[in-house]
Amino acid sequence: MSSYYEDSARGRLDGLLDPGSLIEILPPTERMVSPHLRQLDTPAAFDDGIVVGEGRLDGRRVLVAAQEGGFMGGAVGEVHGAKLTGLMERALDTRPDGVLLLVESGGVRLHEANAGLIAVSEVMRAVLAVRAAGIPVIVLDGGTFGCFGGMGIVARLCDAVVMSEEGRLGLSGPEVIETTMGVEEFDSRDRALVWRTVGGKHRYLLGEAATLVEDDVAAFRAAALALLEQTPDLSLAALDAEHAALGSRLERFGDCRDALDIWEKLGVEEPEKLPILDTAGFLATVRDRRA
Amino acid sequence: METLTYEYRGGRPVNSPPPSVLVGVVGSGNLEVLVEPAPLGGLCRVEVQTAAVGFGATWQAVLDDVFARHPLADVRISINDVGATPAVVGLRLDQALDAFAGGTQP
Repeated sequence: MSSYYEDSARGRLDGLLDPGSLIEILPPTERMVSPHLRQLDTPAAFDDGIVVGEGRLDGRRVLVAAQEGGFMGGAVGEVHGAKLTGLMERALDTRPDGVLLLVESGGVRLHEANAGLIAVSEVMRAVLAVRAAGIPVIVLDGGTFGCFGGMGIVARLCDAVVMSEEGRLGLSGPEVIETTMGVEEFDSRDRALVWRTVGGKHRYLLGEAATLVEDDVAAFRAAALALLEQTPDLSLAALDAEHAALGSRLERFGDCRDALDIWEKLGVEEPEKLPILDTAGFLATVRDRRA
Repeated sequence: METLTYEYRGGRPVNSPPPSVLVGVVGSGNLEVLVEPAPLGGLCRVEVQTAAVGFGATWQAVLDDVFARHPLADVRISINDVGATPAVVGLRLDQALDAFAGGTQP
């Protein structure tokens, strides 16, 4: 067993893909670094914090991207975003069996301001174009820094999200909420609160994560492989159904003040015990209880 | 930010080296090291970009030690550093140069 949470972006790709199958596009030797960070006198990374390329997953041809949270929290700058968008455009040209996004990002890289914001919006449009072409885009979220901000939106624009309990998914991250709304609204240092609000178990219960796996690279690999079978459905009927589901979810849970309230309404017995269960025990406990 | 360059002579070239080796991450207290073969007329050149200004002598001492352990020639070593301690720098370079000389990516 090899921890996905602890690994680097490159380490995750090594464990995820068939051995030796990764062909990196714009590798570090190309030195395609951020033009903005140098102006700000800030160290750059040779790959701008993201690995993109082609590889094989159990023989299936996939395009992959892996964000490195250790570099500026995986934040999306101009080059970083352009590598993601370029990967999506390549998917339209080469029609792989799927695109895998190993997300780990706090969102837009604020150092790069509008260039970062534009980059993220380009990624969003590119993801939808790939899905519209019938190629599934699958998100893997189990890294140290979670997936927030613009990348949180990108993740939910994709076909499916695979999470571990350790993964986090949201729009405003816990620190951002505390800073803007106050510690009474959200205490970002309360780790139990953070994980039961944005963590993998809650996202799985709400239906935002399609699959919940153990913190193990091999488990992520198996889940991604299973989801490659799924064909994107961007029809009006499918979007209407999604909107209706989100509306009824808000109606059902809109007055809840804590994830525990939602779990209780879902009919989970002893909801306060969910955070301490291991993944297998959790999945057995919440069978047929997801929103 | 400071850019530092160091050059060493008297090393041996690696037989059939890998195209490149990358270790580490550009994060606080850490660094990334990129090692590539390069036709440098027998030199080993180290280019450092570091966020910590004014530590040129410390880099020199650490790199002297590293070159004593790994006397390589025709090698370009590029470093992006965010204030890693000398011990971390030494370990990362050992990791990168072991992989480079062994011909495998760590």
